Amino acid sequence: MLSSEHFKKDFPFFTGKGKNITFLDNAATTQKPAEVIDAISDFYTNFNSNVRRGIYRLSEEATDLYARSRENISQFIGSSDPRQLVFVRNATEALNLLAYSLGRGLKSGDEVLLTIMEHHSNIVPWQFLKDRGIRLRFADIKKDGTLDMDDFREKLNRKTRVVSVTETSNLLGTINDVREIGKMAHENGSTFIVDAAQSVPHMPVDVMRQDCDFMAFSGHKMLGPMGIGVLYGKADQLEALPPFNGGGEMITEVYEDHSVYAEVPDRFEAGTPNVAGAVGLSAAVDYLGRIGMENVREHEKDLISYTLEKERDMHVEGLVSYGPRDPEIRGGIYSFNLGEMHPLDLGGQMDERHLDIGKSVHPHDVGTDLDRDNIAVRAGHHCAMPLTHRLNVVATSRASYYIYNSRKDVDRLFDSLEKIVGVYS
Amino acid sequence: MTDEDINTEILLEHYRSPHNYGQIQDASAKMMEYNPVCGDTVQFTISVDGGAIRDIKFIGRGCSVSQASASMLTDRVLGKSLEEVKKITPEDILQMIGLSLGPSREKCALLSLNALHKCIRKYEEETGGN
Repeated sequence: MLSSEHFKKDFPFFTGKGKNITFLDNAATTQKPAEVIDAISDFYTNFNSNVRRGIYRLSEEATDLYARSRENISQFIGSSDPRQLVFVRNATEALNLLAYSLGRGLKSGDEVLLTIMEHHSNIVPWQFLKDRGIRLRFADIKKDGTLDMDDFREKLNRKTRVVSVTETSNLLGTINDVREIGKMAHENGSTFIVDAAQSVPHMPVDVMRQDCDFMAFSGHKMLGPMGIGVLYGKADQLEALPPFNGGGEMITEVYEDHSVYAEVPDRFEAGTPNVAGAVGLSAAVDYLGRIGMENVREHEKDLISYTLEKERDMHVEGLVSYGPRDPEIRGGIYSFNLGEMHPLDLGGQMDERHLDIGKSVHPHDVGTDLDRDNIAVRAGHHCAMPLTHRLNVVATSRASYYIYNSRKDVDRLFDSLEKIVGVYS
Repeated sequence: MTDEDINTEILLEHYRSPHNYGQIQDASAKMMEYNPVCGDTVQFTISVDGGAIRDIKFIGRGCSVSQASASMLTDRVLGKSLEEVKKITPEDILQMIGLSLGPSREKCALLSLNALHKCIRKYEEETGGN
């Protein structure tokens, strides 16, 4: 078992302003250890210069740091070749890049298969293709919050050119069997994408084992800085992809009427890259590597198991939660409601029948009240509005864990929830 | 108790026991406002006579801020002329609530004002302002 208190010492946030904050919003972003902050500061203090223009030594050093960060992060996800790793701003940008560049090869009638548990960043970029006649399909979930594989199979057909699936749902915590899904996608001849924004930070992820064609994740959800993320792609797949942003760095020659593009991954990194971000993310990967991702996963499994036990034992009035009950297929994410409020579709008219006032505490109130007890959670649709509505609620509150959280934090959450029920009833 | 504590208690009191709750039968106008992003909903019915709000009721559901602000708003506009009510600004509502709401909760606070202003507009369109 990890000692979360021990880790907290590594985080200036928790020894400073965040000393009394129970931070349970790690699916949104994580705090940063001193060594990540120091790595960024060290880059700007000692190595700041533009990369890939190495006429002078300082620039060569910066270029080298950038390359070594790429290698380090590449190894962390089990990629055999650092050229398969493209630095982007975040998972959202990686998925936009894919929707744009893969999208150029799709034609009217082609289908993109997603799941109903996708984050908006794995829905909206694909919706941009709809005006070209490309159809989006959504595999449904089962009652227990797991993916409905029968429905998935049914929607996977010869028109399905792309399958893009989240590995861990940011609302339900469901861990999808992306290896199995990938096999099915490949047997069908579809390109297979994994949105790993909620999995790479929390468990061992190996791109070779998963055999995905592309993978997207963000640095800031795994102790790294904001503004740096990763698109992984198999070398041959990346090479076959048309560029996304155009500009400097992504070309070798430019003429008035055409350009010659650089090799991958440079082809997808137009403009001055976020070198400090890459260096910071590399430091975060070192930090996580020393803990061991198996240990991170075990720790969060313990916290979610404890949460579900606590829920069962405490009987907080009106408390309902979502997602699989089996910790083996559940990340450290706990979405819940104190009474449910359902979406309305009334055509501009409501009457007393539609009122559930007093039967529930709105997640916004839950969030604000938990904040009064210095507990930070997220409340709303968590950028997964289709899933929220699929669950037939308008919003949920969500606690999400990381290495520095402990069972005590879970206790604090439940004590505060009991108090809130008392205030509103 | 700080002002913030007192205003929180007032807000909760309005939420638990809203004023002017219900619907007016044969209302002059009716308007519902629904925020699909968070589910907050309010619906006003108003009776207008001589260019003033003679009666107002609301029903709704949602977070305490959205429902309490609707309740407070009904108290504030009862008996007032439509012209006066149209002049109420978002800042007036935030001041009425008297809590430092973050930007994400301000939307909740302003749902009822939007609904009431729409309700008045609808009334004026339907009656030609008479």
